[in-house]
Amino acid sequence: MVRMLTVAMLRQKKEAGMFSFEGFLDLALIWYGLIAVAIFFYVLLDGFDLGVGILFPFAPTDQCRDSMMRSIAPFWDGNETWLVLGGGGLLAAFPLAYAVIMPAFYIPVILMLLGLIFRGIAFEFRFKAGRFRQVWDYSFHFGSLLAALMQGIIVGAFVQGIEVSGRSYAGGSFDWLNAYSLMTGVAVIFGYALLGATWVVMKTEGQTQQWARQSASYALCYQALFLAIVSVSMPIMNADIRELWFSLPNFFFLLPIPMISLVLLISIWRDLHAGRECRPFFLSFGLFLTGYLGIAISMWPYVVPFGITFREAAAAPSSQSLMLAGTAVLLPVILGYMGYVYYIFRGKVGRESCHEGTY
Amino acid sequence: MLENLDPVLLARIQFAFTVSFHIIFPAFTIGLASWLAVLEWRWLRTGNQVYADVYQMWVKIFAVTFGMGVVSGVVLSFQFGTNWSILSDAGGNILGPLLGYEVITAFFLEASFLGVMLAGWNRVGRRLHFTATVLVALGTLISAFWILSANSWMHTPGGFRVGENGLIYPTNWLEIIFNPSFPYRFVHMVVAAYLTTAFTVAGIGAFYLWRGRHIPHARVMLGMAMIMAIFVAPMQLLFGDMHGLNTLEHQPAKVSAMEGLWETTTGAPLLLFGWPDQEAEDTRYAVEIPKLSSLILTHDFNGEVKGLKAWPADERPPAAMVFWTFRIMVGLGLMMIATGLMAIILYLRNRLFDTRLFQYWCMALTPAGFIAVLAGWFVTEVGRQPWVVQGLLRTEDAISPVVGTSVALSLAAFVVVYVFVFGAGSYYILHLINKGPENGEDAYGGHVAAEKGGRDV
Repeated sequence: MVRMLTVAMLRQKKEAGMFSFEGFLDLALIWYGLIAVAIFFYVLLDGFDLGVGILFPFAPTDQCRDSMMRSIAPFWDGNETWLVLGGGGLLAAFPLAYAVIMPAFYIPVILMLLGLIFRGIAFEFRFKAGRFRQVWDYSFHFGSLLAALMQGIIVGAFVQGIEVSGRSYAGGSFDWLNAYSLMTGVAVIFGYALLGATWVVMKTEGQTQQWARQSASYALCYQALFLAIVSVSMPIMNADIRELWFSLPNFFFLLPIPMISLVLLISIWRDLHAGRECRPFFLSFGLFLTGYLGIAISMWPYVVPFGITFREAAAAPSSQSLMLAGTAVLLPVILGYMGYVYYIFRGKVGRESCHEGTY
Repeated sequence: MLENLDPVLLARIQFAFTVSFHIIFPAFTIGLASWLAVLEWRWLRTGNQVYADVYQMWVKIFAVTFGMGVVSGVVLSFQFGTNWSILSDAGGNILGPLLGYEVITAFFLEASFLGVMLAGWNRVGRRLHFTATVLVALGTLISAFWILSANSWMHTPGGFRVGENGLIYPTNWLEIIFNPSFPYRFVHMVVAAYLTTAFTVAGIGAFYLWRGRHIPHARVMLGMAMIMAIFVAPMQLLFGDMHGLNTLEHQPAKVSAMEGLWETTTGAPLLLFGWPDQEAEDTRYAVEIPKLSSLILTHDFNGEVKGLKAWPADERPPAAMVFWTFRIMVGLGLMMIATGLMAIILYLRNRLFDTRLFQYWCMALTPAGFIAVLAGWFVTEVGRQPWVVQGLLRTEDAISPVVGTSVALSLAAFVVVYVFVFGAGSYYILHLINKGPENGEDAYGGHVAAEKGGRDV
């Protein structure tokens, strides 16, 4: 096997004069999948810490807020790195898509970044603030809220399609803003709130946990509502998506996705009321996975809907190969040490004294 | 009115603003992370509590600075697309993988182990904590490696071909990554970051000595910083000179602008001061040292140095900006070397830690590194104009199809937000400095290591 690979690589090298896996791997397809996975990881991981920020001011006491903040302080930076990977990976693997999508969402992307700035600095500043602590509480909350809203708006605008002419974005500055994208923006806020609340249920005890359970139940109801709206509206808005989901035999292959979502919604609800601590969080991951799969399948094979497919936008095979070699080696390592950091900070927060390191 | 704004100029101002704001933080954290690793190593080696106290004080400042560096850096990774989408499209095959490698080799490493470094002091073993510090320091260096490789490629592109569609394709990755200016830029920048940290630390140490507070800690700070000033500052002059000669070879117009030279001259003088006038194609009020420029650049008193007029007017960088920022950078570098010399003299006379004048001098030089780094980046980035990729793509052709209004409003938003963030960050850092190191506080587990002797690392 190794020999075959080497031979294939050598042959490839001779032909193109350059390092490439093009001859025996469908690079564009692999990268389409990898970028989708990276964005999904981002949504899950930053989703729960943005969710904590969204719920932040509603917590009953300052002690609750302290434990909430401490529960995510060691992780938020690593979580946000997945966003940089999504952006950097898109540039590396599909530069054309990056060059079209970023100008199309110029304003929401910048607003999202500003939101991330406000919440990011709040971690460090809040623990040192003293007098101005409230300022950073709100900076954390509104930053998280703004980032989540903009991400949701971008998703909502993305699925409606982006106007392209040649190799450039051809629409206006405010094409992204409409009732539908606002709705998906709010949907993402509630979705992240669900992730955040179930995380807090897992990581805290007592009053904070009880309040988080309550919040998770509310967020879950809204999440169910928005999932239903999006599931119904996408096939109505776009004939290709309708065709994809409702033609036979696709219908039966895809049927498990909404069915599993339904089962997950019910299980999370029951878990929350049965006093389970960890499972609601992981089941919420599942709920995001089914929702994400639903949207991702609907977008196939576009990377800029509905104008540029992932093959048209693919970077040079050599560029994709180089990144793939690094990713294949390093992604498992990254997942390993990130998992290890989560393991180090496992268990409930709040029992240690406030002198814990800088936090 | 807003419709008539020039998006190219605005996008350039916006990028200059956000990237200048960002570079302040890595310039500090690259050096600080390495220094913290050394401090922790010294503590584990000697069991001397002072090192742990100094570590604990500076790791808090590191946390604030690093946080600001992260959030301002995330912005940049999107601005390539929002403001320079044509560059992203044309150069994506090259720049994408370089930036991608920065994320997978450095950002995840830094971000993950930063959590351990900041919150893990009592939670993980001493070796693991030290490992985390070292990994974060390593991450900052790896990050500098990739981003400077990408930056250098835009200055001195290599290992590529241009396709019929105008896109740039890679042909040799080693030539791309190790493009001609990269090794020089990398060394020059990393050393600059180390010096930036050293002079900041020296300034704070001198402040404590001047106020008579935290004396043992202040001596560690000033002492270690002066080691850098004595040995590394002169080396930087050498590295900078090598980088300059490399620029002369690959981007001669930049060097002509740095020298303020318009006519191609043999035996070119070194201009100490002057005012390069782009319109008049002349440097006014020049104060010059005969033949020195030729000597430095060609190692020959009568060597020929090209003047800016050797290039058409629309291929010349704005000379005044390059000329002046270059002098600021070099001037500060010379002051750093002078600091090292003073430190040697004072050390030999046993007066290093109690000379008032020297304390004032060090306090005054606290921001020297930051200013020098910014000035240096202005030299190199303004000096490559009008190109965004030297010889391949002009800056004005690289801009996204966005309207001036969007760029103007987002620029205004960035300025407001950054001023606020920077203000608050500075406030907390000053607060931490004012508080100073705490003496052997139990909460940091310092006594545990001291009891065990801490000799086994």
